[in-house]
Amino acid sequence: MKKISQQNIRPVSRRDFLKTGGVLVVGVSLFGCGKEKVPGLTKSVSTEPWSPDVYVSFDADGTVHIISHRSEMGQGIRTGLPAVLADEMEADWSRVKVEQATGDAKYGNQNTDGSWSVRGFMQRMREAGATVRLMLEQSAAQQWGVDVAECKANFHTVVHQPSGRVLDYQDLVAGAAELPVPGLELLELKSPDQFRYIGKKLPIVDMHDMTHGSAMYGADTRLPGMKFAAIARPPVVFGKVKSFDAEKTMAVEGVEQVVELPAAEAPAMFKALGGIAVIASNSWAALRGRDLLAIEWDEGANADYDSDEFKQALLETVRQSGTPLRDQGDIDTALDSAAETIEAEYYAPHLAHASMEPPAAVASVSSDFCEIWAPSQDPQSLIPMAEAVTGLKPEQIRINVTLLGGAFGRKSKCDFVEEAVILSRKIGAPVLVQWSREDDIRHDYYHTVSAQHLSASLDENRKVSGWRHRLAYPSIMSTFDASVKQAAAFEAGMGALNVPYDITNLRVETGEAEAKVRIGWLRSVCNIYQSFGVNSFTDEIAHVRGLDPKDNLIELLGPDRVLDFTEFGLEATENYALETGRLRSVIELVAAKAGWGRSLSRGHGLGIAAQYSFLSYVAAVVEVAVADDGKWTVPRVDIAIDCGQYVNPDRVMSQQEGAVIFGLSLARDSQITAANGRIVQGNFNNYRVLRIDSTPETHVHLVESSAPPAGVGEPGVPPIAPALANAIFAATGKRFRELPLGRSLFSAM
Amino acid sequence: MIKLTVNGETRQYDGDGEMPLLWYLRDLLTLTGTKYGCGKGLCGSCTVHLDGRAVRSCSVPMDRLDGADITTIEGLGTGGDHPLQIAWASHDVPQCGYCQSGQIMQAASLLAENPNPDEQQIDDAMSSVICRCGTYQRIRAAIKSAAGGVS
Repeated sequence: MKKISQQNIRPVSRRDFLKTGGVLVVGVSLFGCGKEKVPGLTKSVSTEPWSPDVYVSFDADGTVHIISHRSEMGQGIRTGLPAVLADEMEADWSRVKVEQATGDAKYGNQNTDGSWSVRGFMQRMREAGATVRLMLEQSAAQQWGVDVAECKANFHTVVHQPSGRVLDYQDLVAGAAELPVPGLELLELKSPDQFRYIGKKLPIVDMHDMTHGSAMYGADTRLPGMKFAAIARPPVVFGKVKSFDAEKTMAVEGVEQVVELPAAEAPAMFKALGGIAVIASNSWAALRGRDLLAIEWDEGANADYDSDEFKQALLETVRQSGTPLRDQGDIDTALDSAAETIEAEYYAPHLAHASMEPPAAVASVSSDFCEIWAPSQDPQSLIPMAEAVTGLKPEQIRINVTLLGGAFGRKSKCDFVEEAVILSRKIGAPVLVQWSREDDIRHDYYHTVSAQHLSASLDENRKVSGWRHRLAYPSIMSTFDASVKQAAAFEAGMGALNVPYDITNLRVETGEAEAKVRIGWLRSVCNIYQSFGVNSFTDEIAHVRGLDPKDNLIELLGPDRVLDFTEFGLEATENYALETGRLRSVIELVAAKAGWGRSLSRGHGLGIAAQYSFLSYVAAVVEVAVADDGKWTVPRVDIAIDCGQYVNPDRVMSQQEGAVIFGLSLARDSQITAANGRIVQGNFNNYRVLRIDSTPETHVHLVESSAPPAGVGEPGVPPIAPALANAIFAATGKRFRELPLGRSLFSAM
Repeated sequence: MIKLTVNGETRQYDGDGEMPLLWYLRDLLTLTGTKYGCGKGLCGSCTVHLDGRAVRSCSVPMDRLDGADITTIEGLGTGGDHPLQIAWASHDVPQCGYCQSGQIMQAASLLAENPNPDEQQIDDAMSSVICRCGTYQRIRAAIKSAAGGVS
């Protein structure tokens, strides 16, 4: 059996520790499979390494290995969560090595998605760290023959407080390894004033590798005998190969064979799409050979997809009443009896993820083992996929998680990894499947196209008495059940169903929309368009009412209160609820920091928007400068976030800086369209994203909060597009209700 | 037979002359620090130095490289970190990190030609390299501070 390990995998103790109550799951080898041989196992250490918790192990020299079980895609989680554990165990960070977990259920949930890593695992990491700290203190107490209460861990040592004696963790590991794991009830977590790393800036652990070309991503694994593959996938989703001719392909130097992959059928799930794979001795030959294939496709039922027609159909849908998801008061009467009504329609296109790293994965399948190297957001999902493809058992499958060169939700879906597993099994050699940029743009799980129709009523006092929000867009759930034709509550619940305004008569409706491409989730998901609709419309209301947009927004929020949307089908999250006061606070903060109301140069305007998403509160002010020819730029963005307790403030800031760029990209440039079922765009020439020359001066304002930790990676995106559109209105008096806005406003008018 | 120098080492290549330098580096030399991003010279992830100047390695075929001197991210600052690598760390530039080889190689080429670029010159030179994570503001700051260090 030939297997190659990831270079940084190292041995840990096989010693079993008993679960002593609570959530500690301990006593497992990193490798679940005892018979494996892994290069590097024969490291010379004087004693058996110690692994008191699935996330921690010690070398005899006191070096601590902390497992990052969440996938790193730029959010800094490989630094953040290990630092939490290191803090609580009083580790010297310079003696900590972070290792990436394999995909394995023993680590708990590894699905790195939904801006969930810190809030989902901070407590668990603290408990793990506190467990180790206590056991090292107990070990010291034993060595000294003193009461453990007199022993205090301090920066990789334990100090006997009465005598001042000190022992390094290195000298306590062997003794600690003999102790039982204490129950959670015995743990004492640090108070915030004792934090060494939590809440403080810490450089990312991958800094050196990322600046020296040694960081390993999906296409960077090299195995003996590895082949390189490129695949011609059906240009229309669920199309099939009718016939193909590979003569020209086979003539390409380096091409070795072509392999047909089985076509996928609806529902899409995360299934490989099928097509024709070209196997070669290098990526260039594979890609070139792929482009020379002559394939006749049976394009199937989605070949009629035309996104312009679909847009009109969606707009027609939201002009009709739909299925109410939330209905309070009497919106019909409110609208009928209004002193004035306001109506507007908003439209946003499909988007592609377009992470700089296109999908790529390596698989090595033999008769008795399957090993995968993949930039996966959800490594555990690769195990049942590999089981199904290979017929092997979970213990015969190892999932190595590389760095993700951006993901934004795309790499939650393992279609590209399945391709590598299928091909490696078929050709009996390790395979790297490399997607081209065109593959990535044309075979994405797209952020959905959407239409919205909003209506508001003003009463005789010009107060907002009614709010009706109609939505139509294909549901993410259509990817899993092709019969789904309407948005789910959880989708509407990202900024529409849970609109936090204090309005008596309020209804949110969804209409039908059939998915004609694979629908996925993109950084901040439905918040993108629902925030665009709600925040733009709020601004429109302000102008009709003759109010300052910020004052109007705060008035609509109403008195500070805690909102519960469980009656509308939204899941309650323990310890979290929408607190309108926190949203009001970030609005006031960002307005103050941005100089809301200041006098501006000619052609400049300020716009504001706010969004609660992923349990965090974000508000942004965008300053736009519109030239006489309609070309516009964004000189400055201010963004304020209250994400509760945070771990690494620098990574919270960098995520917001990035969210501004992501938000401006989709607001100005990015759109996916389809004609005859085929995606029109293919590369960065026609799927445009922001470059450095359009980068605003960005100021991030981070709220100090003792509230439970909330999302960071996604919540900065939603307010950007509407704040920009509102700024353009302030500058020009022109309202833009469709994304993307384009680079010149006059051509869009 | 094409003779070229890669990171100071002499190499010979006699394969498909149309193969872009990118794939030669990644697949034949296993210098995987240079990244594929678009294959069309649009994104800059694959930026390396050809005779000291930034080029998109995805768009330079091997048959144009006889006698060429290539430097990749792995060969930058071999005598110790390049000032840009130090500045990148001190400004905590990378997020996912994937484009950063290209960003640094592009910036190194800029500073080699213009040791003290102003913001407009930085934007002009760096707009050829996309960062989807949006680290641009820190890239500007890092280049400015490295430039100060270089001069």
